[in-house]
Amino acid sequence: MAARLLTHTTGRILRQLRHDRRTIALMLVVPILALTLLYFMFEQRPGAFDRIALIMLGIFPFIIMFLVTSIAMLRERTSGTLERLFTTPVGRLDLLFGYGIAFGFAAAVQATVATAVTYWLLGFSVRGSLALVVLIAVANAVLGVALGLLCSAFARTEFQAVQFMPLVSIPQILLCGLFVPRAEMAGWLEGLSYAMPLAYSVEALTEVGRHPEPTALMWRDLAIVAAVVVVALALGAATLRRRTP
Amino acid sequence: METTVEITDLVVERGRREVLHGITAQIPRGLVTGLLGPSGSGKTTLLRTIVGVQVVKSGTVTVLGQPAGSPALRRTIGYYTQAPSIYADLTVRENVRYFASLYGLGADAAEQTIQEVGLADQAGQLVMTLSGGQHSRASLACALVGRPEVLVLDEPTVGQDPLLRDELWHRFRDLARAGTTLLVSSHVMDEANRCDRLLLIRDGSIIADDTPEAIKAAAGTDDLDQAFLRLVRQRVEVA
Repeated sequence: MAARLLTHTTGRILRQLRHDRRTIALMLVVPILALTLLYFMFEQRPGAFDRIALIMLGIFPFIIMFLVTSIAMLRERTSGTLERLFTTPVGRLDLLFGYGIAFGFAAAVQATVATAVTYWLLGFSVRGSLALVVLIAVANAVLGVALGLLCSAFARTEFQAVQFMPLVSIPQILLCGLFVPRAEMAGWLEGLSYAMPLAYSVEALTEVGRHPEPTALMWRDLAIVAAVVVVALALGAATLRRRTP
Repeated sequence: METTVEITDLVVERGRREVLHGITAQIPRGLVTGLLGPSGSGKTTLLRTIVGVQVVKSGTVTVLGQPAGSPALRRTIGYYTQAPSIYADLTVRENVRYFASLYGLGADAAEQTIQEVGLADQAGQLVMTLSGGQHSRASLACALVGRPEVLVLDEPTVGQDPLLRDELWHRFRDLARAGTTLLVSSHVMDEANRCDRLLLIRDGSIIADDTPEAIKAAAGTDDLDQAFLRLVRQRVEVA
C-alpha cells in the first residue's frame, strides 16, 4: 500500500460519488425521513423515540453503506476497471482502504447530519455525548463497507448484489436488541446474536444512551466492531485476485 | 533484434476448456506487432496473460525479462481492454488524471494525452455521455498516459472513423519509433499491413509469425486475407 495511490484512489471514489447528486441526496434525506416518521409514531410514548432513534442512527449507515459499496465494487469488477487497475501499480489494499475511507467519510457526513437533525429538530436526547453516537455510526458504516466489499465477491450481477443486503442485514437487525432485548431471547437466539457484529454496535449505542460518560463496555463493543471490520477487509482482499481464470 | 515479450509453451484453460494450446512466440522491442485472428481464437486470452491477469495452466511468459504480472512491470505496461474499461461516472479528464496519478504523473501528462486521442473538446464531459468511439478513445488515453514501455492494445481502433483510425495508427508508429513495444490485436486485415510483424492465431494456436510481406510471400498472394485463408487450409490438410 502506498500513501499516494491510496489518496488518489480515495479521491477518485469521492469524485464518482460527487457526480451522483441523487445518491448523495438519498443518503442524506432517507435517514431523516425515517427518523421523522419514528418521531410521530412514538409521540404518545415518552422515552421510546430516544431509545429507537439512537439505534436507528447506527443502523442506517450500516445498511446504506453496505448497499452502496457492494454495488460500487461489483461495477468495478464487471466494467473491467478492476482488471485494468491490476495491471497498474495499484494494490488490493489501496483499493479496499480507498473504498473504506471514501465511504467512511460519506457516512460521517450522513451520520452528523442525521444526528444533528434528530437532536435539534426532533428533540432527541441521550445521556452520553452526541460525538460518540456519530463515532459509533461511522464505525457501523465502515462495517457496512467492509461486509459490502466482501459480499460483492459472491455476486455476479447487480441483482444478486442487492439480494445480499437483506441476507446480511435483516438477521442482524432482528437480533441486535432493537425489537426484543437480547437477554429476553431464547438461549440459541441470544447465542446467535453474539455472532452479529451489529449487536455490539447497538449495545455500544445503548451504553451511550444510558451513561453520561463512555463506559468500558462501550469501548469493548466498539473494539469488537473494529476487529470485525479488519477481518472482513482481509477476507475481502483475499477475494480480489489479480489473476482470474 | 531485442525481445520484449517471450512466450514459451503457454497453455491456458478458461472454464475447463483449453483455449491456448502451447503457444511459443517472441514480441520484438520497438516494433508494432499485430495479433490477428478471428473472434474466439484466443487473442484476448493471450493479451491478458501478457499483462499478468490471466491464470496460466503451464508454460512461461516473461516481459522485459521478468515474469508477466511482476510488480515491477506494472509501471511499464499499458493495457487497453477490448470493452472500454474506465469510470462512466467520471469526466474524461478525471479518468485520465486518475490513471496518470497511479504512475506518479500529474495534470500536464493527462491533458497532453487527452489531446493526443482527440478528446480535448470532451475533456470535461462525463464518460457516460460520450459516443462509442469517444468512449474507446478515453479508455485508450488511460492506457497511453503512463508512457509505458510496453503497450498491449486489444482492438483499439474498433468503431473509430477512418480518419481517426489513421491518426491512431500514426501515433502507434511514432511510439514504436521512440522505442515503445506495441502489441495490437485486430480482426481487420487492412490494419495488419500497418504492422511490422504479425502473429496469426487460430483456435488457440499460432499459425504464422513473420512480417506481413513474408507471410504474403509464403502464401503466394498479395492479399493478407487470402494469405490467412491459405495458411488455415494448409494446416487443415496437414492435420
